[in-house]
Amino acid sequence: MTLWRLVTREILHQKLNFALGICSVIVAAGVLVAELTLLDAHDERTGQIMAEKEAGTAEEMARMEDDYRQIMKKLGFNLLVLPAGQSLESYYATGYVTEYMPEEYVHRLAGSGLMTIRHLLPSIERKIAWPEQKGRSIILVGTRGEVPVTHLAPKEPMLLAVNPGEMKLGYQLAASLELKLGDRTRLLGENFLVSEIYEERGTKDDITVWIDLAQAQQMFALQGKINAILALKCHCLGNELSQIRQDVARVLPETQVIEVDSKVVTRAEARDRAKAASQRALAAERANRVRMRGEVGKFASWLIPMVIIGSTVWIALLALGNVRSRRNEIGILRAVGFRSVQILNIFLAKAVLLGLIGAFLGYLAGFAIGAASGELSPNAQTIARLFNPGLLLLVLFSAPLLSALASWIPALIAAGQDPAEVLREE
Amino acid sequence: MLRITDLSKKYIKSPGTVIHALEGVSLNIGPGEFVVVQGHSGSGKTTLLLSAGGLLPPSGGTVEFGGRDLYKMSQAQRARLRAEGIGFVFQQFYLISYLNVLENVLTPSLALPDQQARTHARELIEHFKLTDRIGHLPAELSTGERQRVGLARALLNRPRLLLADEPTGNLDQDNSRIVLGYFAEFARSGGTVLMVTHSPAAAEYAHRIVQLKQGKLPDQN
Repeated sequence: MTLWRLVTREILHQKLNFALGICSVIVAAGVLVAELTLLDAHDERTGQIMAEKEAGTAEEMARMEDDYRQIMKKLGFNLLVLPAGQSLESYYATGYVTEYMPEEYVHRLAGSGLMTIRHLLPSIERKIAWPEQKGRSIILVGTRGEVPVTHLAPKEPMLLAVNPGEMKLGYQLAASLELKLGDRTRLLGENFLVSEIYEERGTKDDITVWIDLAQAQQMFALQGKINAILALKCHCLGNELSQIRQDVARVLPETQVIEVDSKVVTRAEARDRAKAASQRALAAERANRVRMRGEVGKFASWLIPMVIIGSTVWIALLALGNVRSRRNEIGILRAVGFRSVQILNIFLAKAVLLGLIGAFLGYLAGFAIGAASGELSPNAQTIARLFNPGLLLLVLFSAPLLSALASWIPALIAAGQDPAEVLREE
Repeated sequence: MLRITDLSKKYIKSPGTVIHALEGVSLNIGPGEFVVVQGHSGSGKTTLLLSAGGLLPPSGGTVEFGGRDLYKMSQAQRARLRAEGIGFVFQQFYLISYLNVLENVLTPSLALPDQQARTHARELIEHFKLTDRIGHLPAELSTGERQRVGLARALLNRPRLLLADEPTGNLDQDNSRIVLGYFAEFARSGGTVLMVTHSPAAAEYAHRIVQLKQGKLPDQN
């Protein structure tokens, strides 16, 4: 015979009293666990939603980046490095450059370590009459393809070099001269193979002929000279033209930089706006999730204490009823030598057992409700993610403690009961 | 063994109304003695018994058991003394309703753990002819059987003093004789019995009978 035996036999005898107590603990623990599990599920779902949206945004941005790069390729370079002596008035009026600078400048620029420009393309150009085509007015451009920028990751070139002996033609020119891919023709006394005809661009490119830079320099008798360096401005936020000008001036003081083709910039700005809008949408979604969590949390913040207080009061009343119904038992136990503390222990042990069983069942019920009612689909993975051993331990520790505290006053009444009072009544 | 000296107990029912349950009661009972206190209802019998058992502090006088003044001890010490040396038997039995016969008999062992308690409990159950009822709950027993369970419980810790309050009050004549026979047997084995009752049958078994009238023992000897 042990004290636990006495307690468990009494529990089995007073099943309803014990069951009512357990129900109370189950409700309190269940509400606590369910609410916290719901919040955990909400957080988990928020994480999933934000990850999905961020991934979607990143994918969209990557797609736009690629799109931007493609557009840039189509629209061409957006920076032009010109000799310092070139009159911009003349350039804007005629559309081509008349001054020259050393070809070596492009190598200096490529090796300068500047992060603000890339895709460097040296060129030499002249407006000429094409003698072999009835003096047709064209712009002849000599180009050698891009000069690798040594300090940056290699990029796919925007414009490929033209092989010596080959030419690439603008759309309008090819159409009007009825030149087709693979045709052979002569220019300034040299033989050329038409290797590419560009699509219509609606610019002077449509009447331009591109040939190898060295060959052009030789034809113009301007070896080692170029007119311009076409470049692509790196589209980074805060990377303004004035900054690029300063950067280039440090490397090539005898040059000037102008920006061409504002459509590219507009497009890039549109991309930035789309990115900003996307980020705002993400922030709004996050704020919405936080607001929803706040509402659930606010509801829980008064529901949980109310239920716990109600449960505590209920347990205390049940314990008080139990003490009153066991007055004779307490009297005889005192008569056979039980000390007050032993009587106290009988009631507290029952309360602890009640709290422990209620806490375990309450955790299971609360977790099941929380997991099933949450925003996540209830499967093994969700259960594994939401299971919180810390919360289980907290409930298993706090519920028996609270139950014991609720039973404390009734237990003290039992321990302080005068046995003579009961035994004398008969 | 048990020395009660000038014991008095007052109850204050309401302001200004004092009931003298016991007044100057003195009683000395030695080992092996079976003393019966007789008296009408309200004469103070139960108060005397509970005070003698250390359960009811008196208003005056002393109660000594084995040479120790019970009410100079702490509550815990008195509880220990009851567990070690005093057995109680009541008219209402006070068996614990959810424990079977064996478990009821064993309840004093919770207050005073004893390795041999289970064996001794079985011996007592056999002695009181309750073996076939060992697993039964009190509600399944006859009144005579219940009182024998109460007696077995009182004897589990091998007390030196047995205090009985109307133990035959709810029993028929046959069962009363059986129970009284056990008390006499306990006294013969060296134990001390103080029984309060108004049953005239107890006189056959007692060594001494004292009359309690309105809280006093007029014929003390």
